[in-house]
Amino acid sequence: MSGRRKARADQTPDSHLFPTRHYDLVKEMVAATVVVGLLTVVLAALFSSPDRKALTMANWAEAAPADVVATAAAELAGTSTSAAYGAPYNKNDPGQKLGPLPLQRAGGVGLKLDSAADLVIAPLSTRTGDAPLTAALATWKGASETQQTTWAGSYSDALAAAPDGDPAKVATGDYGPVPVLSSSFLTLAASGSLEGLLTSGTTFYASDQTRPLLLLADGAYLEDQARADHLGGDQWGMMNETGNYPGQPWMWLYTFWYQVKPFSTSGNADALVWGVMAVLTVAFIFIPFIPGVRSLPRHLRVHRLIWRQ
Amino acid sequence: MTTSKAPSGSNWTAATRERLSHVVPPGQLLPDRQPAYMRSWIYVFGVACLAALFYVIASGVVLAVMGAAWWHSSSVGHFVNSTHLWSVELFFMFMVMHLWAKFFMAAWRGRRALTWITGGVAFIGSIGTAFTGYLSQSNFDSQWISTQAKDGVNSVGVGPEFNVLNTGQMLLLHISVLPLLIGLLVGLHIILVRRHGVVPPFDAVAPGESR
Repeated sequence: MSGRRKARADQTPDSHLFPTRHYDLVKEMVAATVVVGLLTVVLAALFSSPDRKALTMANWAEAAPADVVATAAAELAGTSTSAAYGAPYNKNDPGQKLGPLPLQRAGGVGLKLDSAADLVIAPLSTRTGDAPLTAALATWKGASETQQTTWAGSYSDALAAAPDGDPAKVATGDYGPVPVLSSSFLTLAASGSLEGLLTSGTTFYASDQTRPLLLLADGAYLEDQARADHLGGDQWGMMNETGNYPGQPWMWLYTFWYQVKPFSTSGNADALVWGVMAVLTVAFIFIPFIPGVRSLPRHLRVHRLIWRQ
Repeated sequence: MTTSKAPSGSNWTAATRERLSHVVPPGQLLPDRQPAYMRSWIYVFGVACLAALFYVIASGVVLAVMGAAWWHSSSVGHFVNSTHLWSVELFFMFMVMHLWAKFFMAAWRGRRALTWITGGVAFIGSIGTAFTGYLSQSNFDSQWISTQAKDGVNSVGVGPEFNVLNTGQMLLLHISVLPLLIGLLVGLHIILVRRHGVVPPFDAVAPGESR
């Protein structure tokens, strides 16, 4: 666009050419700071802030022992969410696509995880003085991958078929060392040491909670707790937080897409929503350059409430 | 004593000083007068945003100094955390009001597109900063939000670089990198506002000008 055409398109005059009136910016800033400070303190005093304690593996083992055992079996069978996730943890699923673009797979396996080995076998292998567990670990490690999957898959199915998923009521079958490994995993979780074994396996200074969080999310207990607190994805959970607090209302649009089709029923929901939000975000930032949209305010005439004269 | 006046082009300091002196028109950095058309209460929300941001940063600094777990065990710490939460809620409320007002004014007119863009990017960046705050709380909310958010981040292939399950990474982003970026953007936004002034009404004609 030439300079002359641009000038015709936007003839907004220089604001410094207009008549002025007295205006005390510093006084306005000080007043705003005092008022906002008072508002902040009053709101904090009246409503406080939510701080529901983090779930521990011991909480999980105590409240839902069958879920811990079922999760351990699923990790060993390779059927848990993390085991079958795909990138960035493994290559066991092609991952989500945005149209023809396999973005999830393209991101690569940057956070490599072998759910059976890293989340179950490695922590169990630190235990000493437990002869049945030592024997079970030896049997597991000496078996072929196919045999391991068969044992763990059969045990997972048997747990799912048992009343209340109770390991004590599982039908008799050939599950190899999996029942011992799973029950030992429950004991380990109940002892309170599982988090530490999952986070400090490679370093003294543990600041990365990826493994314990993936394990917790592979079970049903975390989601059950969240849904009871209206935090599910289909409960506008992404903008909520525990208790009756406002949460992140600024994320309403992002959360909204998950409530409606085709996003709510798509296997690529996350990639689709992120794609839509990326387009909308770019459009929002570049509104000044989008014909039609940039002219909307003139036609909406809301400005007449602001500039009355 | 002799003095020499080097041409500003050969002296980087002089050239920088010269450039900075023209960033904002003389007297407009902190003016005590504003255009007469600036009379609505709606203009207050920009300043209210800055005031709320001050409390967000101040309460955040206290939480950072006292340590990541302090607010879980101290009633004073919990109160400081509450002021952090509510100042953030106020910050966003004021920012949304400010944003809508500027949209209805088409405040990007008159070579102010960069002012809109810096404000828009600051808004989006603030959402990211608040989000990393929720991930850094080390409580049930952090556990649930992070395990849900990972699917979105992973679905577009950025999970390895932005691992929402890595509490240490999220905390560092929340208290250092992102606030620094937001601070720079807000600073640039304010300088641009002072450089171009407040946008005039639609079809306004300045005295002495004609259409």
